[in-house]
Amino acid sequence: MIRRLWAAFLVVLTLTVAAEFFVDPHPHFDIERLFAFNALYGFLACGGLILVAKAIGLALKRRDDYYDE
Amino acid sequence: MSELLQHPALALFATALLVAMLHGRARQAVALAGPLAALALAWNLEEGLRVDTQFLAMDIAPLAADRLSRLFAIIFALMAFAGALFALNQPRRAELPAAFLYAGSAIGVTLAGDLVTVFAFWEAMAIGSTLVLWSAATPAAYRASVRYLMVHLAGGMLLFAGIAAQVLETGSTAFSAMQPDTPATWMILAAFLVNAAAWPLSAWLPDAYPEASWSGMVFLSAFTTKTAVYVLLRGFPGAEILIAAGLAMVFYGIVYALLENDMRRILAYSIVNQVGFMITGIGIGTDMALNGAAAHAFTHILYKALLLMSAGSVLLMTGRRKCTDLGGLWRSMPLTAVCGIIGALAISSFPLTSGFVSKSMITQAAGDEHLFAVWMLLAAASAGVFLHAGIKFPWFVFFQKDSGLRPPEPPWNMRLAMILLSALCIGLGLWYEPLYELLPHAVHYQPYTAFHVVAQLQLLLFSGLAFFVMLGWLRRTLTVTLDTDWLWRVPLAALARFAAHTTGAGVSAMESGVAKVWREADERLRAWLGPLARTWPSGAMGIGVMATLLAFLLSYYLA
Repeated sequence: MIRRLWAAFLVVLTLTVAAEFFVDPHPHFDIERLFAFNALYGFLACGGLILVAKAIGLALKRRDDYYDE
Repeated sequence: MSELLQHPALALFATALLVAMLHGRARQAVALAGPLAALALAWNLEEGLRVDTQFLAMDIAPLAADRLSRLFAIIFALMAFAGALFALNQPRRAELPAAFLYAGSAIGVTLAGDLVTVFAFWEAMAIGSTLVLWSAATPAAYRASVRYLMVHLAGGMLLFAGIAAQVLETGSTAFSAMQPDTPATWMILAAFLVNAAAWPLSAWLPDAYPEASWSGMVFLSAFTTKTAVYVLLRGFPGAEILIAAGLAMVFYGIVYALLENDMRRILAYSIVNQVGFMITGIGIGTDMALNGAAAHAFTHILYKALLLMSAGSVLLMTGRRKCTDLGGLWRSMPLTAVCGIIGALAISSFPLTSGFVSKSMITQAAGDEHLFAVWMLLAAASAGVFLHAGIKFPWFVFFQKDSGLRPPEPPWNMRLAMILLSALCIGLGLWYEPLYELLPHAVHYQPYTAFHVVAQLQLLLFSGLAFFVMLGWLRRTLTVTLDTDWLWRVPLAALARFAAHTTGAGVSAMESGVAKVWREADERLRAWLGPLARTWPSGAMGIGVMATLLAFLLSYYLA
């Protein structure tokens, strides 16, 4: 089941990247002309955000009864 | 003056009074009819309608309508209706009247033509929202409400000082566009930002809102921050500092939501995140950006309320709020799950949902202005929204592991409220023209181009890929993450206790010293004056006065 869901997800991901061949681009910035820019950027940005959250969590996480008297 | 009767806030205040007194079906009928009446009044507000009058020798305009204020009055009234429908079965009787006072005051701010009226309704909002928090009637909610009220009363004082200084400087109470370039306007801007939950004064929101009842947070999510967005749209369009403030909020919201375990606190952090998008738009300040911010406030109120209704249903039916205790609920609560997912897709700005047609205008405006860094950050943040709210909330609550819980769906009125908002979230994504027609400036924008849809889908779906690839790193733990409220909950609280202790000891030492001196003086005085210095009972004085009066009357008649 999980395996099938992953397979379906990967197919959808491939399709959204492949769709770029068929659309007429009207970018604001040159960087958007890179192939699969949004896919790459979305993945990297989220990976980065998770890492930042992890780092902040190391410093600022406390047991959830921290404020209880 | 009779035009004041068209004020939609009056309809909500009257509803608050009636709902507080009525019972049973009559109460439910009024609770639904009242907000609908307010909605009709808001819809029929004529552009340019303005009631001017005087209050304490100041010019005030308690009702002033234009496109921007009408848009917010409409969405606030609509939200009051949806929230009331959801809260019909809330057993705490104080909550609905408080919510109507709160919603009415929010509408009062949006239709205020002057700063004095803004201030009056601003404070009424703080009271209404605190009452909503109190009606949860738990010790945790009470403690959170005290911290909440402290922040908002401090913000209110800042606003009062700012407005007083502004009126002194300009000689006018008018509420029109300003620039933060004098102490007065800085204070007003800061007070607005407190209510917008701008970082670092953001912690009151995720601290207090999740302590409200299962229906209370639905109301709380809608009004305070969005009223702040409204006053910033009117008061500070194009103030550049708002771009930085907004972007800080956007990323703060994402990072803290990623670390959070409480499902409604995740959604609270994502309110800060979403308001950040709006504030960035206000800072960009072009017609496109301001339209985007206003439209995003409108759609956000609907999908955020939908998400919180879904979470509120889970809370009511299971009594649990932590992701670590939840999971697998789609089996027995499929409707709540589907509605939650629709809200999650809308907040993530998926094509065909309301979030797509509103948020796109803000990113478009950043592109049009060639603000490359802002545009890149907004794109990264858009991906991050899907990560922290779009997938995280439904995944940990409705899927993840099987928690073994099999709660039934919530009562009919809650289901109906969720279906209504789901329909609006999808409806506005498909038929966005009616929303665009309500916006403050003429709209020249087409959200559905093939390029834009493909770009957005790539951004979001690969954000989803990152979520599932790094799922191990996102495992929920029984933790909280320290936020800026730590400052007033730990060191400042300790300082206050210390100050109370030491001044308390000082005061009692001083008191005993003074008492000793006083006793000695008293004794000497008595010895000197004798019976005159005795402490007579007050009754004795009464008799004395009466005797004198009698003697006076007698002498008057006799003479």
